[in-house]
Amino acid sequence: MSKVFSVEPPALSPQGVSNRTRRWRRVRRIVALPIAALALAGCTVPTFGASPGATTSSQSAYHLWQAFSIGAAIIGTLVVVLILWAVIFHRRTSDRIPKQVQYHIPLEMTYIIIPIVIVLGLFAATLVVENKEVANPKTSVTIDVNAFQWGWKFTYLGENVVVVGQTTQDPEMVIPVNENVHINLTSSDVVHGFYVHAFNFSRYALPGVLNEFTFRAVNTGTFNGQCTQLCGLYHSLMFFRVKVVSQSEYTTWLATNASAGAVRTSQTATNQQTSSIVPTKPAKSEGNN
Amino acid sequence: MTDVLDPPVTSEPRDHAHEEHHGPTGILKWITTTDHKVIGLSYTVTAVIMMVIGGAFAEIIRAQLASPNNTLVSLAQYNELFTMHGSVMIYLFAGPFAFGALANIIVPIQIGAPDMAFPRLNALSYWLYLTGSITMLSGFFVAGGAANFGWVAYAPLSNSINTPGAGADLWIGGLLLTGFSAIFTGVNLCATIFYLRAPGMTMFRMPIFTWNMLVTAILILLAFPVLTAGLIMLYCDRHFGTHIFSVQGGGVPVLWQHIFWFWGHPEVYILALPFFGIITEIIPVFSRKPVFGYKGMVFATMTIGALSLGVWAHHMFTTGVVLLPFFSLMSFLIAVPTGIKMFNWIGTMWRGEIWFSTAMLMAIGFLFTFLVGGITGIYLASPPLDFFTHDTYFVVAHFHSIVMALVLGAMGGLYYWGPKITGYLLNETIGKVQFWFLFIGIQVFTLPDYLLGLRGMPRRVGVYPLHPSWQSLNQLSTVGAIMIGISTIAFMVNIVYSWKKYPAGDNPWDGHTLEWFTTSPPPHHNFYRLPQIRSERPTWDYNHPGHTAAEHGHHPSNDEEVPVA
Amino acid sequence: MKVEARILLSLGSFFGLMAALYWFWGHENAGGVMIFAAMLLCFVPGSYYYWWSRRMRARPEDDPNATQAQGAGVVGAFPGTSIWPFTLGMGAFFVVLALVFGIWFLVPGLGLVAWALFGGTAEGRRGGTR
Repeated sequence: MSKVFSVEPPALSPQGVSNRTRRWRRVRRIVALPIAALALAGCTVPTFGASPGATTSSQSAYHLWQAFSIGAAIIGTLVVVLILWAVIFHRRTSDRIPKQVQYHIPLEMTYIIIPIVIVLGLFAATLVVENKEVANPKTSVTIDVNAFQWGWKFTYLGENVVVVGQTTQDPEMVIPVNENVHINLTSSDVVHGFYVHAFNFSRYALPGVLNEFTFRAVNTGTFNGQCTQLCGLYHSLMFFRVKVVSQSEYTTWLATNASAGAVRTSQTATNQQTSSIVPTKPAKSEGNN
Repeated sequence: MTDVLDPPVTSEPRDHAHEEHHGPTGILKWITTTDHKVIGLSYTVTAVIMMVIGGAFAEIIRAQLASPNNTLVSLAQYNELFTMHGSVMIYLFAGPFAFGALANIIVPIQIGAPDMAFPRLNALSYWLYLTGSITMLSGFFVAGGAANFGWVAYAPLSNSINTPGAGADLWIGGLLLTGFSAIFTGVNLCATIFYLRAPGMTMFRMPIFTWNMLVTAILILLAFPVLTAGLIMLYCDRHFGTHIFSVQGGGVPVLWQHIFWFWGHPEVYILALPFFGIITEIIPVFSRKPVFGYKGMVFATMTIGALSLGVWAHHMFTTGVVLLPFFSLMSFLIAVPTGIKMFNWIGTMWRGEIWFSTAMLMAIGFLFTFLVGGITGIYLASPPLDFFTHDTYFVVAHFHSIVMALVLGAMGGLYYWGPKITGYLLNETIGKVQFWFLFIGIQVFTLPDYLLGLRGMPRRVGVYPLHPSWQSLNQLSTVGAIMIGISTIAFMVNIVYSWKKYPAGDNPWDGHTLEWFTTSPPPHHNFYRLPQIRSERPTWDYNHPGHTAAEHGHHPSNDEEVPVA
Repeated sequence: MKVEARILLSLGSFFGLMAALYWFWGHENAGGVMIFAAMLLCFVPGSYYYWWSRRMRARPEDDPNATQAQGAGVVGAFPGTSIWPFTLGMGAFFVVLALVFGIWFLVPGLGLVAWALFGGTAEGRRGGTR
């Protein structure tokens, strides 16, 4: 009694070249085209959907995104090609039973080791960017951000300025460009999310916890912010804005708005307003630290 | 000449008859059954109903999001909708379908057992699941409506001040019941796999689906008690005046997140591993080759299970209070065994004779969809990248790519094993229509959402501002959701159309594993006779005695020669 | 039984390592305790299986050369139809409803649970219906 298995010789086409060779030549022709396209396209790296944003850390996060995306594109393309190849070229053409290959240790080792190397590389790149982001360098502007249901309160420490607004009142945080701004973030009630799209950044506002982070805006402009952590009925409307201005404009703004009481933002529509849905009930609290 | 076919296994307890017995009939029979096949079928029907309910919520959500300031539903109703959509889909459909429905029916037959190890406990699991589902859904009928704090119920939003009302308590109570249902099923699966395998069915000859169910069962036992404990703590905070999660009493709200996600991340692997197992059953059969890298698959599954206990706080990167490098590293590492599986699936298809039944189409669709979801998950393992994608539609798209891949796997499992369970095939043409609507619908639904998240749209919002391109992307995503809905209707049509129409026979797909050796449906206690088991493919070995091993060395579990007639 | 023991013991060892690493690096109590508990959950049955695997004879399902005839005979106790899982399930349902709608639900709830526990145990000792 001996093991019986079938081994079929590679099929030969009429021209005398094996099917395997013909397929390989076809592959080379197909793959040559996109490589040439890439070479001709020049050296700009695509955005892959993200944007560099307005701060120094948003830009390093953006470059990390691009690096990840290049890796993802390469690996994703490889796997898609492999699947499509098998599906197209290894279709059933007869009733023959194919070679019952069950394992191939060298190949399996390869696709264990290479992904480990890749993810360790991605982790290393992550650590570099991450350490930059969680660093807390010396700052000149410190703002207490207090999230509450359903608005935001910005208290400028050391100055006499408070900005507060709920939902579509869109409270606006004014900060100077090219300065390190330090944020002390907390919540008065439930968990909220402080998210500014242009900063490529978000952080939870947790009750009873002080979350601190620093950023440095490099572009002027007005940037939208919104609460990203579900916080109840008007979570969808918990907007705010960050306005980055020049140093002199900032000093003027501070002087104009310094007062003993709170500054309310305007009651009229802002660029983020969703006009038909304005809460009829007032917010539960107005920010008590 | 060796006996290839051995005398029948008797598996009777105190009673002696091995024929069909005359027990109760009708609804009393259903209430008192302990047969794993009947219980599994009950789970299947209930889980599919839950899928349709959760899907209906999804269609309303996507209809609301098709235009920016829509008033189809109010903000309060919207919060209930996405909470219950997520809760129904995760707690009441995906989990029970994976380990209650398919595993219940298939695992005993795949290992040659007459039933699960604890049949009455198995039945109890089903009744806890059914009553838990009813409890959770009855939130819609009480004052204040159903739970509305997201399927994750973060504290302090879920406390009695911010979410008073019975809907939240019904949500908690429903989860207590379904949680115990899952734990009992986990016990049953472990005991069955450890103690009831047929002679010759060593651990390393079990089908990969059964291996995956074993690791799933261990994960259930590790994780679900943590959720149950957390839910009890939440209930005590809500009703017994404790302050476990509230700052005012000296508690720590973020503790809820730790407890929840310590369960929550293994949970998503509890959901995923069974469907990985289904794919690993379908692909070899329809490629007419054995699983490529069997031991690698087992090793990868165990690694995924082990690592999944150590990544939970990657859901909490933006809290600012977790050890970022530890969880980031573990999350990156868990991509490796998943990649191993992907390459093994491709290796199984490679140089096979692939034929495209609906089940195989679903499996191939799974490969593409899971690839997208898996790669985007790697982005999320990096905290700087998570900081700007967390709680946006990017994450929503990521996990929907994953779970919709699991749905493709579920459908593949139903088309593949449906004939074994019911005795009748489903119509292949309608199946292919269902597949294309589902597969294309999934991509049309998820891909715009990735862009939406990158452009800043947060999740769990019922209305959104008039930013450029947000509306068109949302509309495209809604079209995808409608296509998925159409595919579900096609599935229902197929069930009705094919009802008892195409008898399947014992082995319609030339399947490899032990369940294809018995009749369709299997008899009481599953087997009249069992073949000799000398590899992980006993039925294939029996049907194709000349094709049991390949050139590259000997098969690891097949150290002696296979007898040939 | 050796493979089963090895699976659980290696999982447990991995969790032990992870618990030590996380405890001393992360200083976070909830996660540290939970991973430690996961290690215990794997070590308890794992050590039991390991202890037994060294003392028991090879079972037919651990023998790669076993024949089906070796597994003939009574495999286990498989109670046939039984009303007690349904009763226990309904009892648990009412207990949970008591959490939501009022303590008086505990009367049918605990009643059904107790009835099912007694009835099911008696049924098990009797040998089940078939």
